[in-house]
Amino acid sequence: MTTLTEAEASEEKLQKSAGTLIYRQRLATRLTHWLWAVSLFFMLLSGLQIFMARPDLYIGQQSGFGFDNTVLSIGARQVGGEMQGVTTLFGTSFDTTGWLGLVPQGDGVARKAFPGWLTVPGYRDLATGRVVHFFFAWMLVATLLVWLIASALNGHLRQLWPSGRDLKGLPRDLADHLRLHFVHDGRYNVLQKLSYVGVLFVALPLMILTGLTMSPGVVAKFPILLDLFGGRQSARTIHFVVMLALLLFFVVHVLMVVLAGPINELRSIVTGWYRTAPEKRR
Amino acid sequence: MTRPVLTRRRFLTGATLASTATLSGCFDPLGDHDSSVRNVLETANSLTYRAQRLLLGSDDLAREYAESEIRQPQRPNGSTNPQDADYRSLAGENFATYRLKISGLVETPLEFSLDEIRAMPNRTQITRHDCVEGWSCIAKWTGVPLAALLRQAKPKPTARFVLFECFDTMENGFTGPIKYYESIDLRDALHPQTILAYGLNGEALPVSNGAPLRVRVERQLGYKMAKYIRSLVVIDDLSGHGGGNGGYWEDRGYEWFAGI
Repeated sequence: MTTLTEAEASEEKLQKSAGTLIYRQRLATRLTHWLWAVSLFFMLLSGLQIFMARPDLYIGQQSGFGFDNTVLSIGARQVGGEMQGVTTLFGTSFDTTGWLGLVPQGDGVARKAFPGWLTVPGYRDLATGRVVHFFFAWMLVATLLVWLIASALNGHLRQLWPSGRDLKGLPRDLADHLRLHFVHDGRYNVLQKLSYVGVLFVALPLMILTGLTMSPGVVAKFPILLDLFGGRQSARTIHFVVMLALLLFFVVHVLMVVLAGPINELRSIVTGWYRTAPEKRR
Repeated sequence: MTRPVLTRRRFLTGATLASTATLSGCFDPLGDHDSSVRNVLETANSLTYRAQRLLLGSDDLAREYAESEIRQPQRPNGSTNPQDADYRSLAGENFATYRLKISGLVETPLEFSLDEIRAMPNRTQITRHDCVEGWSCIAKWTGVPLAALLRQAKPKPTARFVLFECFDTMENGFTGPIKYYESIDLRDALHPQTILAYGLNGEALPVSNGAPLRVRVERQLGYKMAKYIRSLVVIDDLSGHGGGNGGYWEDRGYEWFAGI
């Protein structure tokens, strides 16, 4: 009963303040958001450049040349006098000509895993890809630390962390999202909380740890990383899969911004100010 | 080879998307090794080097594996069959007249035949070779610890690096052939797992994997582990050798410290 009255009270309060500008995103939140945007952008494109040097993924400690532990392979092959880009996933091959394996380059085609617009630099250059990747890796880690400290101090972390009540409201929030019904009260809904916490406390740490597991120096100091992820090549595969998950997050994130009102959302992540809207009753 | 013929609609869609992607090529100037932006980005490499040097003790060993993890021959990469005349004649007589020279900033410059090296106390280790390209391969390496050779040659106090000069020509430059070379700092050179290997998976090191001697630097990537070693030079400065960056690939934009 108490919870119901509390909920009613807070709803009443919200109705009163609805439609007003609130200071929603603090400077640390906004700054780290854009630092992440920049570093993840470059890490993705330089990471694909690095992957292009060996566009295969394996399970285990090593890469199977004399045996088969390949889970993904991007390449090109000759089919009936014609070159074809081929992507093989768990033994099933797909024709990916033009996208993966055999890609447009200038006026012709090139045998490369990815087209130029997906990599930094646009041409094949592993050395530069690595320089770019490791620079932004340091930036990403530094940003994560700054965010963690700032958010723990300024209360942002508490706003983001899903509570037990949040989780109970998950089905309702899910239904709201599916009907594209968004609540603009300046608070995070449970799906938002889960995805942000998932990215910041699961995906990014996984990305950092699997990345470090690929370092022969780091695993000499912390060999437990090799056991944790099932070997260097498994770690490389997990690194790739989490990259895809982050990419999915990015797509949904941008989609949500567009659906929830891009001007208001962008203003809040640039200036911090956000206009709340009264919840429509149906 | 047949010219690739591409008629698929899918390909055209890909091509259209690619040509309209405005970002394509925007960051290509980063490939220029002298660009100032790249120099800024490269500062991260020295941060990585310092961080790993701070983190890694002299005795932290790379993981060694069980015999059962050797599941395939060591994959040969880079030069696999040098055509240099001096190398060919040495290989023709099974390296009987091969002499490993150690010179530079040492009290006692030395020369060793392969038999002398094989007679020294050796170390065998089953380790994972990590290539900068992304692949890994586990193999058993047998060789003499580099530290043992350096102890005999006695590096001078100013010594900082060991330079590996190799037989294999990588390309022909304006001033003649450019041969493979590499360098590591003394900390790695004296590491217990740093060996000059003459054996691979229980047999003599084959030409494709760097005979007569290749160095193993187990806490770094494959390109640091020079093959076809002709001589070792103990030095205090990398700038006077090759392109000045400490190695063949380093002169082509790869970082000197390849611990990641």
